[in-house]
Amino acid sequence: MSEQNPSSVEIMDAFDRRDLAWFIDKLVQVLVFIGGISAIVFIIGIFIFITMEGFGFLLDTLDFREFFMSPWWEPTDEDEPSFGILALIAGTASVTGLAMLVAIPFSLGAAIYIGEFATGKKRESLKVLVELLAAIPSVVWGFIGLSIMNPLIIELFDVPVGLNVLNAGVILGLMAAPIMTSIAEDALKAVPDRYREAAEAMGATRWQVIFKVVLSAAKNGLLGAVLLGVGRGFGETMAVLMATGHAINIPGSVFDSVRALTATIAAELGETAVGSDHYQALFTIGIFLFVITFVINLTADLIVRGIRNK
Amino acid sequence: MRATRHLTAVAAIICLVSTSVSARTVIQNKGSDTLVNVAQAWAEEYRNVDSEVAVAVSGGGSGTGIAAMINGTVDIANASRKMKKKEIKRAKDAGQNPIEHVVGYDALAVFLHNDNPINTLSIAQLAKIYGRGGGAENWSDLGVTVPGCKKGKIVVVSRQNNSGTYAYYQKAVLKTAAKAGVIAKSKYRMGTLDMHGSKDVVDLVEKTPCAIGYSGLAYATDHIKMACIATEEGKDCVSPSVKTASDRSYPIARPLLMYTNGEPQGAVKAYMDWILSDAGQCILKKKGYAPVRDVSCN
Repeated sequence: MSEQNPSSVEIMDAFDRRDLAWFIDKLVQVLVFIGGISAIVFIIGIFIFITMEGFGFLLDTLDFREFFMSPWWEPTDEDEPSFGILALIAGTASVTGLAMLVAIPFSLGAAIYIGEFATGKKRESLKVLVELLAAIPSVVWGFIGLSIMNPLIIELFDVPVGLNVLNAGVILGLMAAPIMTSIAEDALKAVPDRYREAAEAMGATRWQVIFKVVLSAAKNGLLGAVLLGVGRGFGETMAVLMATGHAINIPGSVFDSVRALTATIAAELGETAVGSDHYQALFTIGIFLFVITFVINLTADLIVRGIRNK
Repeated sequence: MRATRHLTAVAAIICLVSTSVSARTVIQNKGSDTLVNVAQAWAEEYRNVDSEVAVAVSGGGSGTGIAAMINGTVDIANASRKMKKKEIKRAKDAGQNPIEHVVGYDALAVFLHNDNPINTLSIAQLAKIYGRGGGAENWSDLGVTVPGCKKGKIVVVSRQNNSGTYAYYQKAVLKTAAKAGVIAKSKYRMGTLDMHGSKDVVDLVEKTPCAIGYSGLAYATDHIKMACIATEEGKDCVSPSVKTASDRSYPIARPLLMYTNGEPQGAVKAYMDWILSDAGQCILKKKGYAPVRDVSCN
């Protein structure tokens, strides 16, 4: 009896642990794990999905030279359809480029002010406001482009149509600025205070401290912020669809109407027959966009992470 | 034993449900946005004709309706363009047999800003404006100056490439002109503003002195000018109207089509017959489209 006792106690112990709390514990463990890996599962799932939809076309029908070099996007032409996205790439690139010209000064200025000058309540309320700005839905931005910017541009610059690179670039710049501000401010905050103290101890003025020391120490993080803004610009759809004029065009000036890659998918996918060449070509654009934004965001993330680990 | 009892219960329920459903036949009708208003009006009116039949109408564009016909999910597909050879082949491969019915005509009006001095345009001139390598970039190329359009550049407004209106305009204007040798290829030029709906085209042209656009006659407003269209320069022009579309004298009027899967039968046949009757055609006429034949409506 006395020999068997310890082992039966052990068995009882084991049984004891498997009560309700034990199961809940296990369940929560599994749920948290699923939550943790869900982002990876989703991104792989999405990639597999768009690749499967567009891959047949990518391998069989698609002429890569035509796809990237031809400006003619005429997927529904009955006699000789052409699938060139050069004009669409030019549209997206020109709008994003102008957006960065608008957003970089804005967001950098805002980040320097919030990070280095503003204090107390002012700083907190500014940060909340910037985040609020980031939460404005893109269709609202598009609406601003369509109904406010359009007549304004016609009036100011005396051009026939106000839906063009300038309109979309400004709208997109204002859309990208908040997120760029947040990340740029994080980058400034990551610069150790001892750098600033050392510079001030050397007799540097406040501007000298910011320009010569803080900005150059934070330059990787700031570059990351700009790259994330570029990624946002490439992926934005609704506002760009509404503000660019949706014209297939290789722009010669900021007053030319253009069309973005994303807007093309948004405007056309709903009305194509599933599995047709047009449908698959749109998915191929999707793959292209996915790869570009993935590379940009990954680069930005690595740069930002690099500075944090230093 | 218990299992059989369950099965009988389920079977009884299924019988009950199916009898109550079969009392009301549902016709699925989908497609062209040009036709959707008329299709809706037909469906509403048909309730008074045959209360046993319900017609479910949705829009989405000719392409959407035709895709649904290929996939076999609709009884009637509405289209403002003919099915392409490829689409017919795909439908046949999928076991469907789409049959075309002309249910009306729609004149495609060419819209100009009210300040534009032009009243008449020929097909060749339209092709020079819209076609690739057509050469008409400025209003001065057509011999006019438009007040309010300072730089003189023509703002060419078109539709997105899966619209039935886009495809018909390409065929009726660009292909015709290409055959006559006015332009080299029946393709649109680069840089047209591709609007996502007929109403957007009208809105933009209304506000833009430099613009030219096209859409269905039913979308015209009082604040916009419609060009009189001549088949050849110097010939008499025809203004777009329900009458000129109906008697086929207007050169860019397109048939409005409904596709059924096989020859229509039963409730679908009764519905199609009613649409082509005087009652159905009058509803179409009231919505601004041209009936297939002369009808007198009150």
